[in-house]
Amino acid sequence: MVETKQYTPQDFKSDQEVRWCAGCGDSAILSAVHKAMAELGHNKEDYAVISGIGCSSRFPYYMNTYGFHGIHGRAGAISSGAKTANPKLSVWQITGDGDALAIGGNHFIHEIRRNVDLNVLLFNNQIYGLTKGQYSPTSKFGQKTKTSPFGTVEVPFNSGELVIGAKGKFFARGVDNNVKLNVDIFKEADGHRGTSVVELYQNCVIFNNGVFAAITDRETKDDNQLILEHGKPMIFGKENNKGLVLDGFKLKVVTIGENGVKESDILVHDKYEEDPTLHLALINMALPNFPVALGVIRAVKAHTYDERVEDQIKQVQATAKIKSVDDLLNSGSTWMVE
Amino acid sequence: MSEKVVKELDEVVIKFSGDSGDGMQLTGTQFSDTSALFGNDIATFPDYPAEIRAPQGTVGGVSGFQLHIGHKEIHTPGDYADVLIAMNPAALSANLKWVKSGGTIILDIDTFTEKNIKKAGCPPDPLKDQKFGDFQIIEAPISSLTQESLKDSGLDKKSMLRSKNMFALGMVYWIFNRPLDYTEGFFEKKFGKDPKTVDANKKVLRDGFNFANTIEALRSYRINPAKIEKGRYRNINGNVATAWGFLAAAEKSKLQLFIGSYPITPATDILQELAARKDLGVKSFQAEDEIAGICTAIGASFTGSLAITTTSGPGLALKSEAIGLAVITELPLVIVDVQRGGPSTGLPTKTEQSDLFQALYGRNGESPLVVVAASTPSNCFHYAYQSSKIALEHMTPVILLTDGFIANGTEPWRIPAMKDMDSITPIIAKANSKDYQPYRRDAEKLVREWAVPGTEGLEHRIGGLEKMDVTGNVSYVPENHAVMTDIRDNKIKKVANYIPEQEIYGDKDAEICVIGWGGTYGHLYTAVQELNEEGKKVALVHFNYIKPLPKNTKEVLAKFKKHLVCELNLGQFVNYLRMSFPEFEYSQYNKVQGLPFTVIEIKEEITKMMEG
Repeated sequence: MVETKQYTPQDFKSDQEVRWCAGCGDSAILSAVHKAMAELGHNKEDYAVISGIGCSSRFPYYMNTYGFHGIHGRAGAISSGAKTANPKLSVWQITGDGDALAIGGNHFIHEIRRNVDLNVLLFNNQIYGLTKGQYSPTSKFGQKTKTSPFGTVEVPFNSGELVIGAKGKFFARGVDNNVKLNVDIFKEADGHRGTSVVELYQNCVIFNNGVFAAITDRETKDDNQLILEHGKPMIFGKENNKGLVLDGFKLKVVTIGENGVKESDILVHDKYEEDPTLHLALINMALPNFPVALGVIRAVKAHTYDERVEDQIKQVQATAKIKSVDDLLNSGSTWMVE
Repeated sequence: MSEKVVKELDEVVIKFSGDSGDGMQLTGTQFSDTSALFGNDIATFPDYPAEIRAPQGTVGGVSGFQLHIGHKEIHTPGDYADVLIAMNPAALSANLKWVKSGGTIILDIDTFTEKNIKKAGCPPDPLKDQKFGDFQIIEAPISSLTQESLKDSGLDKKSMLRSKNMFALGMVYWIFNRPLDYTEGFFEKKFGKDPKTVDANKKVLRDGFNFANTIEALRSYRINPAKIEKGRYRNINGNVATAWGFLAAAEKSKLQLFIGSYPITPATDILQELAARKDLGVKSFQAEDEIAGICTAIGASFTGSLAITTTSGPGLALKSEAIGLAVITELPLVIVDVQRGGPSTGLPTKTEQSDLFQALYGRNGESPLVVVAASTPSNCFHYAYQSSKIALEHMTPVILLTDGFIANGTEPWRIPAMKDMDSITPIIAKANSKDYQPYRRDAEKLVREWAVPGTEGLEHRIGGLEKMDVTGNVSYVPENHAVMTDIRDNKIKKVANYIPEQEIYGDKDAEICVIGWGGTYGHLYTAVQELNEEGKKVALVHFNYIKPLPKNTKEVLAKFKKHLVCELNLGQFVNYLRMSFPEFEYSQYNKVQGLPFTVIEIKEEITKMMEG
C-alpha cells in the first residue's frame, strides 16, 4: 500500500496572485476546492484541474496541482481525453455557463452521456463576465445586458435539466457563499464514479450583482433554499416547518402543522433513485413558489466510460492472438519473395 | 483445357467497374491479391461514389477498382486501362474515356437493355457508336450465364446474380493466366459456415474462367513476376499503413496510443482500424465532433499518451484553434489530414493536395508546427512513425498530410521488423526534479520537458495564454511575447537538423527538375523514369518533409536551371518555395479535378519545358 499523504488547504494554493474582482463568488469556491482536496485523500500529483475560457476558467492557475487552461468551450473534451487516457487521475473540469452551455454545449451533453469519471464544477453567474456583460444561455428571460439592451428574447437553460436530459447520473447545486456545503458536495462528487456535475450559483459583482441574492442572503435564504440530504425529509424555512409533498405529479409546498400536515407526510430525498422524475422536479423548482434545491440532488451509480474502455481492452487482450506490432504486421495474407 | 497462345506483357492496367452494389471492390482485391502472390508488382486504386447507394444503373452510382500489375516496377495504378470490365451501361459510360485505344472491353451484355442504356445517359446504341471502333468489345452474357451456372444450386435469382462479379473475375483470371486457388481459398474462409455459398461462388468463378476459354476473340497474356527485393510482403493501403505506423511508434516509445477522432471521408478508416486494435491496447475515442476529437487527444497528450487525431480538410479547419493550443502548450500531438477535394464539403471521395496552406498557416497568431507528407500508400507507415517521433522528441504538434489517392490505394509492402526501426525517446521529466520548470528547454532542440500528471513534485499549469519564458506562468509582458514567439519558431526550424536530407531521383545532371510533394510521387517518378529511359535528361525532387524543409533544399534546387513544380492544387507548394527560396525561378503545373495526375500529362509537360 502506498501511504496517502496528509495535506492542508494551503498545499493546494499556487503562488499566483488571484486576479478575480474583489467580492467575486469564485474566490469562495476556490477556498472550498482547496479544502475539499486536502481532505479527499488523493495524492496531490494525481489531481488534474482542467478549464475552458471565462472568468472561472482561470481557476487552474490558482491551484498547486497539475492544471490545464484550455480553449473556449472545450474543457469537457480535454477533460474527457485526459481521464480516459489516464484513469488514475482525479480530473476536475472547471467551466462556466457560457463555456459549458453555449460554446461547449455539445461536449457538455456528450461527456455526461458517456459518463466519464469527471468532477465538473459549473460556475453559473448567468452572465458573460470576461467579455464584460453580455447575456448567457442561463440569463433570465428579458434580462437587459449589453447585447440585449431591450431585454433578451431567449428562454434560458436550466443546467440540471440539461444534465438529466443527457442521461446524467450526478447533479448537485451549491451557492458560492456556502463553503461548508460546497466542500461536502465536492467530496461527494469526487467519490461518485461518473460525470459529477456541480452547478454553483456564483455572484458576478460587476455585471450581474445580486442575481442570486434572494437565495443566498442571510435574511431570505432559509425560506428560499432547500438543502437536500439523502434519506431526510425535504424540510426548509426559517421555522423549519415547510416541506414538499407530491400533489398528483407535481411538487407542492406545505406547512407542517397546518391542514393536518405531519412531518411524516413530507417527501424523503432519495438521491440514488434511477428514475429522474422527482430529481427533475426538484431541479426545476424556482422562486417565488418554491425554494431552490441545493445539495446533491442525484447520485445514481453506473458504469463509467473510462472503466469500460479499460475493461474492453483487457477482455480483448485476454484472448487476442496479436500481442505486438510485429505480430500485427505479419498477420493475415502475406507472402515471401525469395 | 485447350492449348492457348500466351503473349507476354511487361505491365497491364485492368479496371473492374459496375454498380456500387456489384462487388467490384472485392473483385479487384481478389485479382490484386492473386497477382501479388504470383510475384507481380502492383498498385491499385478504388474509385467509388460518395453516396452509399446512389441510384442503380446511373453514372453517379458507378464503383470501380483499377489495378496495375507489372513484370516491371509499378508506382501508379495506371493512367488508362488495357482491359475494362463494365457490368452495366453506366459503368461503360463512366469509364470509356479511360480505356486505352486498342484496349479490351468486356461487357455484361445482358444489362444493355434500352432502359439501362437510357439511364446511363449513353448514346442510343453505344455498341454501334463510332467511337467504339478502336476497342475490342467482348459481349459476354454474364448475368444469364451466372444464372445458368447456378440453376441447380437452389438459390433464388437475386442470390444467384450476386455472384456475377465472380463470373467476370473468372474470365479475367483466364485472360491473364492466373490460378483460381487463392480466390477459392478466400470463399472457404469467408463463407466457411455456408458450404452452399462456397460451392456456388467456386462454380461461377470456374464457369467464367471456362467461358473465356471458349471465346475465340480473347487472347491470353502473361505478366511475369517482377524483380522485387527479398522479404515477406503484404498488400496495404495508405489508411491502414498510417494507423499501423502510429501503433509502431507507440510500442517503440512505450506509450499508450490514444486516438480522438470524428468520422470523415476519406480518413475514417484510420479511426476504424485503430478502434479494432484493442489487442494492442489502443484507446480510441469517437468524439462528438472534430473539435472534441482533437481536444480529447490534447487531454490525452497532457496526461502522457502518444495522442493523435485524424481528419480531412473540413475537419482540419474545425480543429485549427485547438492546434494552436497544442502549439502554445508545446505538447506532442499528430494530426492526420487525409486531403480531399475542397473547398467546403467539396469532393469528399476525390483526391487533392489543396490543404497545404491550411496545414502551414491555417491558425490564428504565429503558430508554427511541423508538416510532413507521405507519398505512397505503404510509406504512410513510415511517415506516421516519423511524425510521432518528431512530435514526441520535439514536443510539438505535427500535421501529417496524406490524400484520398494514397489513403485508398494499395501496393505490396515489405514488412519491416520493429527491431530495425528508429528509436523514439520522449522527453519525460523525472519525479521530484528540484529545478523543474515547465518551459525550461534544452539548448539544442529548444524542447521543454513533458511532466505528466501523476508524477510527484512536478505539479504545474499550462494553457492557451502566453507563457513566461522558463517558468510557464501567464505573462503579458511585451518583450516576453516576442521572445516566446521566436522560440516557438526556432524550435520548429531546428527540427531540420533531425530529418533526412533531400534526395534527387532520376538524372542528377539534368537541367530540368520536376518538383513534387506528397501523394503525387508515383506519377511523377514514373514520368521521370520513362523519360530517362527514352534518353531524356530530367530529375525528380520529391518532398516528404514540408516544414521545416530538409536543410540541403537550397543546394538541391541550385543544381537545376529549370524547376517544374507539379501539384494537385493551384500552386501552394510552388508559392511556398518562391517565398522560401526566391532566388530560383519556378514553373508550375497544376490540376484540380479531384483526380491524380496521369503519367502521360506529366511527360508531356516536361517535354514541353525541354523544348521551350
